Amino acid sequence: MEINFRHDVDQVLKDAKTQQKRVLLDFSAAPM
Amino acid sequence: MWPDERIVRFVKENFLPTRVHVKDDPAAFKQYSERYQAPWTPTILLLDSDGVEQHRIEGFLPADDLLGQLMLGRAKTAFQQQKWAEAERLFREIVEKLPQTDAAPEALYWAGVAPYKATGDPASLKATGRAFTTRYQDSTWAKKASVWR
Repeated sequence: MEINFRHDVDQVLKDAKTQQKRVLLDFSAAPM
Repeated sequence: MWPDERIVRFVKENFLPTRVHVKDDPAAFKQYSERYQAPWTPTILLLDSDGVEQHRIEGFLPADDLLGQLMLGRAKTAFQQQKWAEAERLFREIVEKLPQTDAAPEALYWAGVAPYKATGDPASLKATGRAFTTRYQDSTWAKKASVWR
């Protein structure tokens, strides 16, 4: 079970507004 | 890697997750870290549906503490939206489920504020002030609630 992070931040923000959902924005340096 | 299944489930159920990685996409990292004033990693921002920051988590945390902070962000969003009953419920859920985390005393504080905001009745503030005399006495939140007793 994993989190599928998207990388198109601005599109995620648009989707959040449309879907009325909260956003988790992760600034990471962790090994991918 | 976020290996804790509770965290994965909570994120999936409550947020649209997005990530900028400092090494994989330095340009995007620069763009968004400047926009959100988040120059350090790891930093997690919890935004409402309008993209407004409601909670910030900086630095590594063990799983329980991270989950508590994520729950705090969810509850703060409800609070900001003036959904007082929902906010109180979500804050109290943190105290009940993760009482040993740093999120718990903060949640206890705001769980007392939410019903006051709904009704103007200071009873919930007084009760919260008293509650802090028996738990989390050394927390900053106990100091803040001490004026309510």
